[in-house]
Amino acid sequence: MTYLLHIFILIGIYIILSLSLNLIAGYTGILSMAHAAFYGIGAYIAALMALNFNSPFILNLFLAVIGSSILGALVGIPSLRIKDDYFIIATFAFQIIIFNILNNLVSFTGGPMGLPGIPQPVIFGIKISSHFSFLVLTAILCAITYFICNKIVKSPFGRILKAIREDEVFTKSLGKNVSAYKVKIFMISSGLAAISGVMYATYITYIDPTSFTLMESIFIISIVIIGGAGNLKGSIVGAVVLVMLPEILRFVGLPNSIAANIRQMLYGGLLVVFMLWRPQGFIGEYSFNRNNENG
Amino acid sequence: MDNLLKIQNCNKHFNGIIALDDFSCEISKNEIVGLIGPNGAGKSTLFNVITGFISIDSGQITFNNHTITKKAPNKINKFGISRTFQGLRLIRQMTVLDNILLSFKKQPGEHLENVFFKNKKAKEIESENKRKALKLLKDTGIEDKANDLADDLSYGQQKLLSLLCCLASDAELLLLDEPIAGINPAMIEKILFIITELPKKGKSVILIEHNMDAVSQVCERVIFMDTGKKISEGTPEEVRNDPKVIEAYLE
Repeated sequence: MTYLLHIFILIGIYIILSLSLNLIAGYTGILSMAHAAFYGIGAYIAALMALNFNSPFILNLFLAVIGSSILGALVGIPSLRIKDDYFIIATFAFQIIIFNILNNLVSFTGGPMGLPGIPQPVIFGIKISSHFSFLVLTAILCAITYFICNKIVKSPFGRILKAIREDEVFTKSLGKNVSAYKVKIFMISSGLAAISGVMYATYITYIDPTSFTLMESIFIISIVIIGGAGNLKGSIVGAVVLVMLPEILRFVGLPNSIAANIRQMLYGGLLVVFMLWRPQGFIGEYSFNRNNENG
Repeated sequence: MDNLLKIQNCNKHFNGIIALDDFSCEISKNEIVGLIGPNGAGKSTLFNVITGFISIDSGQITFNNHTITKKAPNKINKFGISRTFQGLRLIRQMTVLDNILLSFKKQPGEHLENVFFKNKKAKEIESENKRKALKLLKDTGIEDKANDLADDLSYGQQKLLSLLCCLASDAELLLLDEPIAGINPAMIEKILFIITELPKKGKSVILIEHNMDAVSQVCERVIFMDTGKKISEGTPEEVRNDPKVIEAYLE
């Protein structure tokens, strides 16, 4: 039972991550490889606040979201000048930089040893410590994230995001400040990613940089693409499928060392299969491999 | 007549190719001006220069007494200049209705803060825009396509839609780049009719078109350009009979 709850909590964390990435990748059409970095930033800000200042969970969550969105602007701004593949490489670099900072700033982040003993959240006097209460909290945060994302994509603001994805030149010619929209959506997306970071840190009560690597970013992108880019429900489907799938391997009785490698192969294989035969994912509205000759 | 757009001594070179060579012209309020010339004469470049997609090397462009030289395309649109593209740009994966809704100016719902707060006003304006958009579609007889993807329209309907987007933006000056090239005669008639009606609504048009009959039909004034220079200007009849124009086409 605990095991099932654990899986559900993980699914919740990944739903938040994929929903937020979907805003930039699926709706605005900018593929970013740095999502795990924002996930990590959120986790570290909350953990450091809680450990050093013993500050309340809600404040930590708030600061993590704000801090991560500010860094999101840092990644969003280059996206105004560099495009497509080059932007992916730039986010790649950002991801690696963040990982290296977390890994090498030993006095501050604990480096590879990580940060142990992160206090569990206390909200309005209620201590969240059981798996079940964590699941409830994750579900609430998932619902809030979904609500925010849904509001955004259904609004005229979201309509502009889709227009930017489809044809940036045309969108500019209609008088929309494309650059401002890109930076804004980057900030929102990275802020929301920080929520899952905070959840992860307080749930596991221990974080180290290896949870926020490039592989993690690729995993989140896989969820978005396989679930369906440009569709919020797709992100939920993607997170459920991709988190559950490797768990099945556990029951086949494979040793852990092999199962871990098979996981990676599975994700890679799935990505290739989807890109070839179902580029829009399970229920997506946008496929990255579509030829669009927009300037 | 009142001046709307004033282009003074504009120059633009692309790696030695002269796209605009000391080009000057003026467009008045409520007039339709035809811009003609051979391929590569610099007509589309001129549109890109006016709308800010290409910055000029030298010269000055003013619109309604505002200098718009070297302003960003989105800012220039806000001054009241709207355009269509030669290659026909639309958001193809969006519905026809959404394409038009995207084109309206000053939408409070497009501001992030209004997505979450005060969105009553945003919703009101959105539904008002929707009414206006449906009316535009109804007036041009494609209201049954409102919820189809723009990609599913015929080529002629797509050209009509891009014109409707310009109308929705309520711009004072419309730059139309070959709005009737490659479409069927009935649709040509429909589009030309919309264009001829524009001056009555206080709008001016610059029209790039190779079809001389259509140009004579809708334009009072024609500018002929070649190799980035203005060669001739006058009524369609005058320009057609200008020896310099005939020479340019024979070259």
